Amino acid sequence: MSPRLIRAAADATGRRPGRPLRITVDGEPVTGIAGQSIAGVLLAAGRTSWRTARSGAPRGVFCGIGVCFDCVLTVNGAPDVRACRRRAADGDVVTTQSRVEVADGDVAASQSRAEVADGDVVTTQSRADGSTDGAAGEGA
Amino acid sequence: MTVRQVVVIGAGPAGLAAAASALAAGAAVTLLDAAERPGGQYHRMLPEEYGAARPGRLHHGWAAFERLRRRVLGHPRCTWLAETAVWALERPEPGHPGLPLVHTLTGPADGTDRPRRTLAPDALVLAPGAHDRVLPFPGWELPGVYAAGAAQALAKGERLVIGDDVLLAGSGPFLLPVAAALLEAGAGVRAVLEANPPRTVARGWARRPWELAEQPGKAAELAEYTALLAHRRVPYRMGRTVIEARGDGRVEEAVTARLRPDWSVIPGSEVTVAVDALCVSHGFSPQLELPLAAGCALLRSPAGEFVAVDGDQLTSCPGVYAAGEITGIAGAPAARTEGALAGWLAGGGDPATPALRRVRRNRDRGRAFAARLAAAHPVGSAWPGWLRPETVICRCEETDYGTLCRAATEEAGAAPRVAKLATRAGLGPCQARICGPTVAELTARLSGNSPGCPADGLPVAAPHRRPIAQPIRLGELASSPAPSEPDTKESTA
Repeated sequence: MSPRLIRAAADATGRRPGRPLRITVDGEPVTGIAGQSIAGVLLAAGRTSWRTARSGAPRGVFCGIGVCFDCVLTVNGAPDVRACRRRAADGDVVTTQSRVEVADGDVAASQSRAEVADGDVVTTQSRADGSTDGAAGEGA
Repeated sequence: MTVRQVVVIGAGPAGLAAAASALAAGAAVTLLDAAERPGGQYHRMLPEEYGAARPGRLHHGWAAFERLRRRVLGHPRCTWLAETAVWALERPEPGHPGLPLVHTLTGPADGTDRPRRTLAPDALVLAPGAHDRVLPFPGWELPGVYAAGAAQALAKGERLVIGDDVLLAGSGPFLLPVAAALLEAGAGVRAVLEANPPRTVARGWARRPWELAEQPGKAAELAEYTALLAHRRVPYRMGRTVIEARGDGRVEEAVTARLRPDWSVIPGSEVTVAVDALCVSHGFSPQLELPLAAGCALLRSPAGEFVAVDGDQLTSCPGVYAAGEITGIAGAPAARTEGALAGWLAGGGDPATPALRRVRRNRDRGRAFAARLAAAHPVGSAWPGWLRPETVICRCEETDYGTLCRAATEEAGAAPRVAKLATRAGLGPCQARICGPTVAELTARLSGNSPGCPADGLPVAAPHRRPIAQPIRLGELASSPAPSEPDTKESTA
């Protein structure tokens, strides 16, 4: 079985059925309810993984509270958004990310990076060459 | 005289209590948290959109939390900054007095064009909390393997159940509330595995059993979880853990094994269990980047590194207080007590107030509780025995154990920093938050820096240094800070 949302009718918290929302993930429509995180929407839709690590291995949620950066994806053109921390908004355009390097040395699916002039993310530690790491590590 | 400005970072049990007592002391408080609603992980609230009529069903001490939350957030001297990340603490120039400036971003997590603010507090209370420490094992990077906190956050915070055949493993009492949250949400829980044998746990607690009894809320809570597991016929096994996860594209099986007290695997005791989710927690890592950015000294304890504080919760930096899990893992009641003390003194309250005597006594009990907890649920020194050369250690960079071994045993690779650059372990997006303590421990052992010494399992300070505490986009960095608000003292630096 896959992860699932508890049915509102069976929920001890007495929550309302929830206002539906719709996002797209790599062009495919996925439905959820208002208040869910993007990770929650994807998990409840039966997807346990969406990011691809450098080796090609699939990744999804690990820490669930914004620490591990395993679940990052691109939201409305901005890369490296932690899906577990970001609330889904109706109409969000989500694309998945990959760190698999293709033949010419480019990174395959940080596809949206070029579209977002200020989308690059600054994090901390310097590399050996003195440049900074991008938040998803693809390198700035 | 102007009103004293206190900034409280983190709105979990410690931060909320700190804000309340700083307000009571007469200060103006800016309380901020990365989440949309206060409560932290312990009282993680459901989204407002869920319209839950009975949210308290999922929580302990909910009524008291609700009262506190309303009192603090509704206070005329309190500014509540939700969805606010602290991306840097900027220390004053050497030789100059004053507190660090607090640089914040407010808006949806990892968004774009989030307004930037700079707060210049008279006193600072750091209460950022902790996250699960998960030791690596073969297959731990498979989807469907979660830190235990993720399962709890999704169940409590979104009403999402991660699976129907869930196995919980690791060490510490935190596994119990996670099991309870999963059961409440309708998941099937196969078993809860505590890696330490009964003798270790009993010896840890039994030396001074009254210290457990003196955390009344915690004792009752744990008793309730134990009763729930028994009622739902969920086995609680000690001296056993998960040593491998297997599956094609996601976890399908877990291999469990019996452990000796030092966590070495007893050969032949392996059992394979079908699971659709696996939750693991071997303890907690305090979120140390902000205390380190502020310049706070750390303290080494058997449970790891924490922020060093004096009897007033004051760190080594003047005006900077610390409360909650960053000073030692002791749970919500202890965090609240520390927060109450830190907030009162940060707010300029009289340190000789008679009422503080009881607070200090409770705080001391909380610290004793933390020491018991660490003694009862240590990480066994032989855990690397379940690693294989191809086991991923750094999840971000997929650095495996074999690579780390080679780098550490080469002469040049003996220093953790050199090993890091050579292997890329800890250089990925999480900035070593997950693997840092583990890489430091393994590197020290492999290079023979701490052979057989009791410091086994202790991380070094380096993995927590992150000058940029949270990601900020270049566009946001380039923009000018938001104008000052009338009710908070802000600088335009």
